[in-house]
Amino acid sequence: MNFDVSNLNIGLATAEIFVAIMVLAVMLVTAFARETARGLGYALAQLTLIVAAFITLFTLNTEASSAFGGMFVSDLPGGILKLVVYFSMMLALLYGRDYLADRKLDRPEFYLLALLTTLGMMVLITANHLLVVYVGLEMMSLSLYALVAFDRDSARSTEAGMKYFVLGALASGLLLYGMSMIYGATGGALELSAINKVAAEGTADKNILLFGLVFLVAGIAFKLGTVPFHMWVPDVYQGSPTAVTLILSSAPKLAAFAMALRLLVVGLSGSPELSGLAAHWQNMLLFVAAASIILGNIAALKQTNIKRMLAYSGISHMGFMLLGLLSGATGNFSGAEGSIIAGTPEAKELVTMAYSSAMFYAIAYVLMSLAAFGMVVLLSNKGFEAENIEDFKGLNSRNPWFALLMLFVMFSMAGIPFFVGFFAKLAVLKAVIQAGFLWIAVIAVLMSVIGAFYYLRIVKLMYFDESTAPCPISVSGEMQVLLSVNAVAIALLGLMPDKLLSLCKQAMETMLPLAS
Amino acid sequence: MTDIPLLSLAIWIPILGGVLVLAIGSNDRLARGVALLTAVFGFAVTIPLYTGFDPTFNGMQFVEKRPWIDYFKINYYLGIDGLSVWFLLLNSFITVIVVLAGWESIKSRVSQYMAAFLIMSGLMNGIFSALDGMLFYIFFEASLIPLYLIIGIWGGPNRVYAAFKFFLFTLAGSLLMLLVLIYLRNVSGNFEILEWHGTKLSMGVQTLMFFAFLAAFGVKVPMWPVHTWLPDAHVEAPTGGSVVLAAIALKLGAYGFVRFALPIVPDACREYSWLIVALSLIAVVYIGFVALVQTDMKKLVAYSSISHMGFVTLGFFLQNKLGIEGALIQMISHGFVSGAMFLCIGVLYDRVHSRQIADYGGVVNTMPKFAVFFMLFAMANCGLPGTSGFIGEFTVILGAMQNSFWVAFLAATTLILGAAYTLWMYKRVVFGAVANNKVAALQDISRREFLFLAVLALCVLAMGLYPFPFTEVMHTSVDELLNHVALSKFPVALP
Repeated sequence: MNFDVSNLNIGLATAEIFVAIMVLAVMLVTAFARETARGLGYALAQLTLIVAAFITLFTLNTEASSAFGGMFVSDLPGGILKLVVYFSMMLALLYGRDYLADRKLDRPEFYLLALLTTLGMMVLITANHLLVVYVGLEMMSLSLYALVAFDRDSARSTEAGMKYFVLGALASGLLLYGMSMIYGATGGALELSAINKVAAEGTADKNILLFGLVFLVAGIAFKLGTVPFHMWVPDVYQGSPTAVTLILSSAPKLAAFAMALRLLVVGLSGSPELSGLAAHWQNMLLFVAAASIILGNIAALKQTNIKRMLAYSGISHMGFMLLGLLSGATGNFSGAEGSIIAGTPEAKELVTMAYSSAMFYAIAYVLMSLAAFGMVVLLSNKGFEAENIEDFKGLNSRNPWFALLMLFVMFSMAGIPFFVGFFAKLAVLKAVIQAGFLWIAVIAVLMSVIGAFYYLRIVKLMYFDESTAPCPISVSGEMQVLLSVNAVAIALLGLMPDKLLSLCKQAMETMLPLAS
Repeated sequence: MTDIPLLSLAIWIPILGGVLVLAIGSNDRLARGVALLTAVFGFAVTIPLYTGFDPTFNGMQFVEKRPWIDYFKINYYLGIDGLSVWFLLLNSFITVIVVLAGWESIKSRVSQYMAAFLIMSGLMNGIFSALDGMLFYIFFEASLIPLYLIIGIWGGPNRVYAAFKFFLFTLAGSLLMLLVLIYLRNVSGNFEILEWHGTKLSMGVQTLMFFAFLAAFGVKVPMWPVHTWLPDAHVEAPTGGSVVLAAIALKLGAYGFVRFALPIVPDACREYSWLIVALSLIAVVYIGFVALVQTDMKKLVAYSSISHMGFVTLGFFLQNKLGIEGALIQMISHGFVSGAMFLCIGVLYDRVHSRQIADYGGVVNTMPKFAVFFMLFAMANCGLPGTSGFIGEFTVILGAMQNSFWVAFLAATTLILGAAYTLWMYKRVVFGAVANNKVAALQDISRREFLFLAVLALCVLAMGLYPFPFTEVMHTSVDELLNHVALSKFPVALP
């Protein structure tokens, strides 16, 4: 690794640098303009995200190129994921704005922390180096801990923040420990492609490498909130102010997905022919994914708190997403003429399809989760916290339009066509079956039937029951419009999913040469 | 043939019309009007499907094909043959009836009610015309949503239980089919049903697929022992919901058997035809007895539907021409007859608000016109010659006779059982002395009710007296289907 100026390529990190400058700017400006301009933090944060989106869009490259001597990579999957992160942060901030104002939580620090966590995600998404991964992860997580505890007068919020912090710090420690093992085993490699090279050559001590891998997978599983590292998810989702839950349940999932993709697929798959290390993390993820789908769906059945229910449903969705990811790590696939051998173009095609199914799932989930928590925010108003699923009772007679939109979201999450959730599940199931894990596909669909129950229950409450406590919906017009756009997008993407699917596939195609 | 995409119109006119009706919101009069207009228009575009249909042509007609989702290689691929053409007409026709039937009896959320039925009608047309496996599945699954809402919102006291049971039962079955479809996609490289008809599959794989299809379609039909959702759903559904459920939704499962199971896994179908025949006969005989003891009219007709659908699955798995054609005719006939039966019960329910047989008696005294119609449909339900019910049952029994005397014998008991439960119910409801004040105060059917009952009566009689237009279109397609069924699909060619 050498840091000479010629391969610094600082221009590739323009978006990150811009956001970093804006973080400082927001800090300074809001410190001086405290009372005079309450909305300033919000406005600046949205502006930053919009400009960053344009920068990323214009610097979007179909070919991967690296900066800072290979520590930082700018490629298509990174670009797409970053764009979705901006987009989901924008929506989350907008949805949460009135909620925060009603509870006197709309202090500028909120937006400062939101921007910082965005910056952390951006770094994490573009990291190509263990240390950068860690820096990005910590920047993201530390800001999130603070956000969770943002309602400092609320015992629950503080408790959730504490819980999240302690467990998150433990997970970071595990991850760091795993990194150190890998660093040692590979003889000082930190750059992901260098690690992969050593791993593929087979010269490194496999035991230590595997030891490190276990900790890495644990760290990733924690950040995704999957079984057996899922304990924090329901408590933290429930305890945080809903505006923070919105953030927590959307963009960080994409960043964690990017981390899994970079660390496992780019960094530790070993040679494709032997599918050396990949076979090991595939097995680990197989357990994590199956357990998440089973536990998430079953535990969600009993929840009466909508935030907890969505938290458990999120656990199962992340399990589904991991299924797509792990299906790409297989050497041999079943296809038209018997089995397809690793290394052939057909196999490569199937590998890209599998990884892209996971990416599509992650993006689809973020859309659905934003809309679902957006609805929860919508139902909350001054002095009233919509928390129980009962609060959806009779929504159809109170406001048929939003009831219809929530119906879209719920059926999409349940994986019923014509909604985007169905195609996400279809893509993953297809990859899983092709990789030969028929039994896990059967488990996944059976659990989907169980999952359908609690989504249907929300629909039942909205449509079949009469409202007990009619409370009018009082949120800003722009939130109503954007929430509608968000939910309608779920339906429209279900009618025309091809563009996004192809984009995900193209992204994975450009990334994979890096891996092999 | 014309260049107008008739099948697309048949699918999307009701769906878009439904969305429009939904957007109308609380203006009930306008919603009803637009809904009726859409339904009539939707029915009108399906008529050229029959008049332009070439019964001698072997293959799919009115084909539309364009890529939809390249990533999965899913095509928007539509087409109909002799097996499916009548179901589009039947479905669009029933939709008009349903809109009329709910004209006055539905008072809450009219636009949502009408929209749900219209959207479902479009989705059903999609199911019957899809030639792409995944497109079929998408329509198949999506149609659960409107029916779930219909049962749950406008149903009776126990509607929530019925709606959940209906949804989860059918979802569980169809998700297993989804895995089969994905597997077939992996083996053959595309989602085209017609190509799957030629895909080679080993016996082990065929067996697994057969049981997955059985789970998906058997629940939808519904076959004994997974039929328990149907009586619940029927009893709790509003009249329109029951009509659509009986007339169309039950046909989806049976249609799935002829479109998927028989031609794609023929060896497994031959191997396990005894199982289907046995389950069908249990449905015919056992469920017939169950129907006999019902005290709720809707439940009685629901059980009679299960029994009649047993005939359909029996006919398919006899795997001879008479059996399959008889089963198809039985499906169409059952669409008319069961729909009409539920409408008749709906007419009574709208006035008395009870479905219990015991609450009626002597209806003929106050509703003579109604009693005539009800009589005709009851007779058709028990398969009286001259009505449509006879043709299907008789043909299936003839087909069964070719296979085995005892199968035919057991199947024929339905003629006695059907007559027993239907006519006994008819007797208790319609004849006798006027049972109570409510019956005494009954008004005979209105012009609107007369209209749809008369139209259905005409259909039932026409089909019973002159079934040629119905059977004519089937022959070529049934021959083609039997060719597929006769071919072995094992990967190794036999010497």
